[in-house]
Amino acid sequence: MAKTPLRLLAIGAVVALAVTACSSGSSGGSGGSSPGPSGSASTANTASAPGITATTVTIGSHQPLTGIAAPGYDEIAPASNAYFKWVNAHGGINGRTIIYKYLDDAYDPTKTVADVHKLVEQDHVFAIFNGLGTPTHEAVVPFLNQQKVPDLFVASGCLCWNNVSQDPETFGWQPDYTREGKILGQYVAQHFKGKKIGIFAQGDDFGRNGVKGLDMEIPKSQIVTTQYYDPTNTTVTPLVQKLQSSGAQVVVSFSVPAFTALLQLTSLQLKFAPQLVVSNVGSDPKTLSGLLTTFSKGAAPGKQLVQGIITDGYLSSPADPSNSWIKLFEKIHNKYIPKLPFDGNVEYGMAAAYTFAEALKAAGQNPTRASIVSAVENTKFSGPGLVPFAYSPTDHSGYTGAQMGIIKGLAIHLFGQPLTTDDGSGPITPYTTPQATAPSNGIPSD
Amino acid sequence: MNAALRRIGSPLGRSSLLRHLLIALVAAGLLLLLTEHLGEYRNSQVATVAYEFCAIAGLTVLTGLSGQISLGNGAFMFVGAYTVALLLEHHPHTDNSELVLVMLAAIGVAAVIGGLVGVAAARLRGPYLAGVTLALALGLPELPKYQHLEGPLGGHTGLVVNAPLAPHDINFSRWQAWICCLAAVLTWLLLQNLISSRVGRAFRAVRDDEVAASLSGMSVARIQVLAFVVSAASAGLAGGLLALIFGQVGPDSFGLQISLFLLAAAVFGGLGSLAGAAYGAVLITFLPNWAMDVANAVSLPAKVSNNLQIFLYGLVLVVAMLVFPLGLQGLFRRWWFGARARLGARNALAR
Amino acid sequence: MTVINLIIYGIANGLIYSAVALALVLIWRSTRIVNFAQGGMLMFTTFIAWELVARHHQNYWLGLVVAIVAGLALGAVVERILVRPVENGPPLNPVIVTLGILLMLEAGAGMIWGNGLSSYPAEFSVDYYHAGHQVILFSAELLFVVIAVGMVAIGLAILLRATPVGLRMRASAFSPEVARMLGVRVGRLLTFGWALAAGVGALAGVLIAGTQPNYINPNGFDGLLILGFTAAVIGGLDSAVGAIVGGIVVGVTLSLLDNYVSNDVDSFFVLLLLIAVLMTRPNGLFARTSTRRI
Repeated sequence: MAKTPLRLLAIGAVVALAVTACSSGSSGGSGGSSPGPSGSASTANTASAPGITATTVTIGSHQPLTGIAAPGYDEIAPASNAYFKWVNAHGGINGRTIIYKYLDDAYDPTKTVADVHKLVEQDHVFAIFNGLGTPTHEAVVPFLNQQKVPDLFVASGCLCWNNVSQDPETFGWQPDYTREGKILGQYVAQHFKGKKIGIFAQGDDFGRNGVKGLDMEIPKSQIVTTQYYDPTNTTVTPLVQKLQSSGAQVVVSFSVPAFTALLQLTSLQLKFAPQLVVSNVGSDPKTLSGLLTTFSKGAAPGKQLVQGIITDGYLSSPADPSNSWIKLFEKIHNKYIPKLPFDGNVEYGMAAAYTFAEALKAAGQNPTRASIVSAVENTKFSGPGLVPFAYSPTDHSGYTGAQMGIIKGLAIHLFGQPLTTDDGSGPITPYTTPQATAPSNGIPSD
Repeated sequence: MNAALRRIGSPLGRSSLLRHLLIALVAAGLLLLLTEHLGEYRNSQVATVAYEFCAIAGLTVLTGLSGQISLGNGAFMFVGAYTVALLLEHHPHTDNSELVLVMLAAIGVAAVIGGLVGVAAARLRGPYLAGVTLALALGLPELPKYQHLEGPLGGHTGLVVNAPLAPHDINFSRWQAWICCLAAVLTWLLLQNLISSRVGRAFRAVRDDEVAASLSGMSVARIQVLAFVVSAASAGLAGGLLALIFGQVGPDSFGLQISLFLLAAAVFGGLGSLAGAAYGAVLITFLPNWAMDVANAVSLPAKVSNNLQIFLYGLVLVVAMLVFPLGLQGLFRRWWFGARARLGARNALAR
Repeated sequence: MTVINLIIYGIANGLIYSAVALALVLIWRSTRIVNFAQGGMLMFTTFIAWELVARHHQNYWLGLVVAIVAGLALGAVVERILVRPVENGPPLNPVIVTLGILLMLEAGAGMIWGNGLSSYPAEFSVDYYHAGHQVILFSAELLFVVIAVGMVAIGLAILLRATPVGLRMRASAFSPEVARMLGVRVGRLLTFGWALAAGVGALAGVLIAGTQPNYINPNGFDGLLILGFTAAVIGGLDSAVGAIVGGIVVGVTLSLLDNYVSNDVDSFFVLLLLIAVLMTRPNGLFARTSTRRI
């Protein structure tokens, strides 16, 4: 009775609110920028795709700028952006400047979905670049592929990015965890013959894919236990105790830096001192020692705790000042992001950005979404990697291997040779082609 | 206006069911019109408002009408979402008509678990009930992490949801918005009828004076459990819709904060009011964006802008309880009836 | 992994839950409200201490004292300004207010210190003791925890039972009108009760931050609230001794389940434990009075 008009008013108010809210925002469908003059001359730039104008290319990303995954990883996007700024300052790619919009998802997949929807549907980006995290990015792969948005160089080593038939827009970049596991595993099998091996790994695709690779190379009889940790549970004492009580003399760890540190500290408490072999994901020395430093008053400072950790790398060590890429990246770092430490995370961001610049150049004068995908599949990139990419029309996985290294001081010192392999049962072979030299102006040449 | 309505449709005036049906049809029509004119991004926001409405409406009925607090509705959303994900995983060729069955399953499973929780909590009051539902919010979504359930339940990574495609090349966002809006309208219809019915009156009786209700023959425990079941079912529906929209569900997406935000939204809109639930749904959907826009406009650092919306939800809860305990709908009512009273007084004086 | 070790480990951790439970019991006894913001309050004070000790390299003890003082202040302010207006109304309202405070504190801490993981320096050695080759899951740090919580519990018990202030507090909670008529400054005592509780909570926060290689982060203390609540319920929301026993029960149960069943689902175990207790002994093990009025 008296409630009815009030209720209708309420419904009307909500609808009106929604209508006014949407009229102030962009409500267009898929179209992006208006087309420029149709290029008669082959040198004219046109707005050839969403996110591309005659003078700009806009790409987007989702990154853990805050939250538990932030330490270390929050440097990657600013580093990529620094590289893009360098490119822009030197004329851009085919006369276009690169605009990089990266949003914070705090490593929460629900935020990732919201961020990526906004980037694609509201900001109309040309492509998604270097989306970080396995559970986070997995949430948006179906959407991006359905919308046919190029999903380039995912910042994670999950094998799931290489699924060409179902996800043709998605490409990996770093070596996948199984490849890495095989290379680490081969080293362990060769250098720790007869020793007992324990495995400590994150309880999701990251850890499990890594363990798959380890299992392919380390003889079953040597593996005494495999312990999976929950990344939301910082108490790992029961797991480390099981590692200790199984008699492990070497512990191979597929962990993020926070949990590598937890593993080490808990081992200290238990007076357990195995040799550590840690995935590249969790072994950046500066990040690790920072996490270890303030913990226990009687224990050794962080830097000491990371000495001798065996790990792997697929880019040159940031501590190698004679390397042409390190020289270039350090120059860019000092100019644009001097407040960040110059460490593995920064190098990662710049190297990935370099690959994108290469792909953009190869996509042609007036790139389209299809042309950049095709460019990645068919170009032999010559960036800062120690090993080649696997990209082809049938393979979207990234770097094909890595080189072994050991932490000395606050840097990873690589030894031996770069090794490449596949994520199946193929062999591990040395890669003898030397690393490409950085172009003098830092921009990919033709 | 009421006089006009009374003249137009006395059958409408007498039968609340017919009235509600009419309102539901009008709302459905308006929403259809709205989604036709909106772009993809806005349509997915409409879908979000719609499924959040389902969750908040159930909670507001439970807390506002039957006087029981639940901090665990996020857990029931989790149940609904995982039910949908698991069903679609094992039946990958579900088409849109069978989606109704999948949703009903989500509602059913959530209702059953809600019943169990209601029975276990039947003797609890106030803070004890709040504590148990808080434990529920923290504990239930952890189940997929249990190593022996990791295989079937997807572990930490969660499950992908194989949602069926939209029919006849209808835009996917628009299709999702339609499904969610339909669910929201149906939820409104059912809950509004419940509120106006004998059951609704029983809820209020138990809330206001348990002893009197029990003395007058009502089974207090049964009524309270029923309220729990209704609230859980609505949350289960919301969770199922969420699974369809996000395409992926994981154990970490249903944490404690989800349950607290639902409560904040219900309190903001006005406990016990379905219109309030609608306002709350709008709040919950748009607050993250508004907070982000404010943060960007003032160039706040990432640390601050990321926590701004959480802070605002907390502020809403505190301020609402201290200053506007009846929520937005309470304010509207006061204004509306105040205006009518003044109008009536003026008319009376004029004569 | 011997059972004895698990029990020792469980008792030590459980005493931290006891400290949180003590804070909850204090507030319940003085105002009949469960302070759902307790986890957030002790998180905030722990971060204040962290700022001093980890960032500015101050003494651990200074940090501890500052945390407790900050807790006293925070508890007093929260009660006087935010909770007082809703103390006498429907029981639902204080629950909602304290939840709102919880969110604001979590968000506030995130705004000030970020949402990443920070490690809190421990004062005593965290290395576990060894008996020959056998490790005992007990360290100097954990011994400190046991002693600290024990002292606080004894202190509180004496305060509540043997001092005039304690008597007045209990009277104010049970029958505020009568207490007022007898000249008791009820309002001030309520504030005092909340302040004291928050101080105890602050102690618990600093203790837990330092006990293991553990990280603190603004969202990581929700579980602690439920653990403390469960401990308090097991002991009976009215009983300080019950809080201690309840904490030990929770700690030992979790320690055993973590080892024999699974390490990943602690919150689920706590849920089961809580439901089991509430269905069998809703008044707890040590309740003296009936805790609910119809």
